[in-house]
Amino acid sequence: MNNRRLRGENMLTDAGRAEWAGRNAQASALATSPYKSDFPLLARKPELAFLDSAATAQRPKVVLEAQKSFYETMNANALRGLYELSVQATEAIQAARAHVASFLGLDGKKDARDIVFCRNASEALNMVAGSYAPTVLGPGDEVCITVMEHHSNLVPWQQACRAAGAKLVYMYPDDEGVIGEEEMRAKIGPRTKIVSAVHVSNVLGVENDVALMARIAHEFGAVMVVDGAQSVPHFPVDLTEIECDFFAFSAHKVYGPMGIGVLWGRHELLDAMPPFLTGGEMIESVTEQGATWAPVPEKFEAGTQDAAGIFALDAALTYVENVGFDAMMARERALVALCMRRLAELDFVRLIGPSDPAEHHGVVSFNVCTVHPHDVASILDMDGVAIRAGHHCAQPLLAYLGIDSCCRASLAFYNDSRDIDRLVEGLKHVWAMFHG
Amino acid sequence: MGANIYATAALMEHNAHPDYKYDLADFTHEHEGVNPSCGDEMVLKLRLSGDGATIEEAAFTGSGCAVSQASADIMAELITGETVEEAKRLSALFVRMIQGGELTDEEQDDLDEAYELESISRMPARVKCAELAWRTLDEMV
Repeated sequence: MNNRRLRGENMLTDAGRAEWAGRNAQASALATSPYKSDFPLLARKPELAFLDSAATAQRPKVVLEAQKSFYETMNANALRGLYELSVQATEAIQAARAHVASFLGLDGKKDARDIVFCRNASEALNMVAGSYAPTVLGPGDEVCITVMEHHSNLVPWQQACRAAGAKLVYMYPDDEGVIGEEEMRAKIGPRTKIVSAVHVSNVLGVENDVALMARIAHEFGAVMVVDGAQSVPHFPVDLTEIECDFFAFSAHKVYGPMGIGVLWGRHELLDAMPPFLTGGEMIESVTEQGATWAPVPEKFEAGTQDAAGIFALDAALTYVENVGFDAMMARERALVALCMRRLAELDFVRLIGPSDPAEHHGVVSFNVCTVHPHDVASILDMDGVAIRAGHHCAQPLLAYLGIDSCCRASLAFYNDSRDIDRLVEGLKHVWAMFHG
Repeated sequence: MGANIYATAALMEHNAHPDYKYDLADFTHEHEGVNPSCGDEMVLKLRLSGDGATIEEAAFTGSGCAVSQASADIMAELITGETVEEAKRLSALFVRMIQGGELTDEEQDDLDEAYELESISRMPARVKCAELAWRTLDEMV
C-alpha cells in the first residue's frame, strides 16, 4: 500500500498506458472484442453470448486475483488488530474508500470518510430509508420517487412511508422515457422531504436528470438520493455536479465482486443519522446499559467487513479507469445502436424504451410478439445466448408501460457484434418454434 | 443446458389452443396463483358437484409463458370429472415429477399428457412455471 494508491491515483506506468491505448484502438472494430480475454469466464466460454451485464457484470482476472491476493497476503481482521497484517487490511479498506471517492468525482483524501461499505446498493438504499428517513418523515410528508425505480429503491420507501404515515409520490416519464422539469415540479413540493431516483433505468436504459431533481429537491429543503447501480458502470459519475445528498451503487455491476455495496452521503447527514445495524466495530464505547457510536463511516459498518471484496472493488475501479470511460462509452454506444438496428429489422420484435440508442446505456429491452419473455429466454439459452426476462424487479414500471414482462439484452464494452448476431439468430429460432 | 421442452407436442399444442382457458361463470371455488419470479398471475376456477366431492368443470385465466399456460390447460383437462381426492393425488404426482422424483409406470400413465412435461424437471429455471397451476389447485382444495 502506498500513498499514491491511498490518494486513489491510477498506478499505470507509461508502458501500461501505451498497451491500453493500443487495445482501445481496436475497440472501434465491433466484430471482435479486445477485452473478452481479460474476463476468465468469457474466455472459457467463447460460445456464450453474455447479454445480461445489467444483472451482474463479468469480472476481469485482475479483480479475481486481487480478491485471492488479499487472502493470501494480507488476510486479517481489519480495523481491530494491532499487528502488521491487520494494519495492512485496514489500509486496503481505507485506500479503497479513497479510490471510490475519487471515482465518484469527490476528493479522495477529504471525502473518503463518507464512503460507507455495505453488501449492495439495496442495503445502501435501505440504510437511507431505514435510518435517515425516520428522522425527517412525519404524517402528511411526502417521499417522491420515479415509477422506473428498481424494487430496491422502491420497497424501502414504501416501508418508510408506511411507518411514518407519509405519502409515496411518483414521477412519470414521457413516451421517450424522459422525466422533465414540469413533471418534477408537479410532484416535488413543500411536503416533500426526500426525493429518490434511479440514475439510469435498468429496463429503459434512460438517464434521469438527477442533478435537476436535486436542485428542485433542495429548493424545498428535501434531500436527494440517487440509485447509481446502473450508471456507475457506464459513464463517469461526478457527485460534485449532481449535488445529491446520498448516492448508492453495487460493486458487482461495475466489474467488482458480488456482496459489496457503497453508500456515499453528505458528511453532516451521515454524522447526524443513527446507525442502521449495531454491534461490533461500529461503537465508540459500550456499557451494560448503553453505547456511543464510532465516527462515520465505521458507525455504519457493524461487524467484520468483506475486506477482500472491498480490495477487489478497488482493483475493479482501476480496471475501469485503465480501459477508460471514453473507450468504454464509445464501444457500448456503438454496440447498442447495432443491436437496436438489428432487432428493429425483425418484424416480430418490439423494442422498448427511447428511440435514440445513445439514451440506452447498454440496455435493450424488447418483446417478441405473442411469445412470453420466459419462453424467449429459455430458447435463447439453448442457443447459448444469456438474456434476462421477466419484470426486472421493476413491476410498477412495467405496469405503467402496460406490459407484464419483457426481455432485456444488456451490453457491456466486452461484448462484440458476434454476440448480437447470435441474439438475432436466436430470436429467429424463437419465432420459428412458435410460428414456423 | 436443459432439454428442449419446446419440441414437446403437448406443450406447444396446449399453449397454442388452450381449451380450458376461459372465465368459468358458475364456479364454486376460485384461487389466484402468482409466480413471483416473473410476476405472472393465474386464476383457477372450479365448479364442484353439490356434495363437493367431484370437479365438474375446471378453467383458468391469466397470462404466462408457454410452460405455465400449457401446464394449466393439461391439468384442467386431466382433473375435469375427477374426484377432489384424485385431483389432489395427481397434483402431488405432478409436483413430485417436476421436482425430479421418480414415478412408477402406473403413475406415469395416471398423469397422461402431463407426463410429457417431465423434461421440465431438468430445466430448473422453469420448474416454477410448470408448477403454478398445480400449486394453485393444491392451495384451493
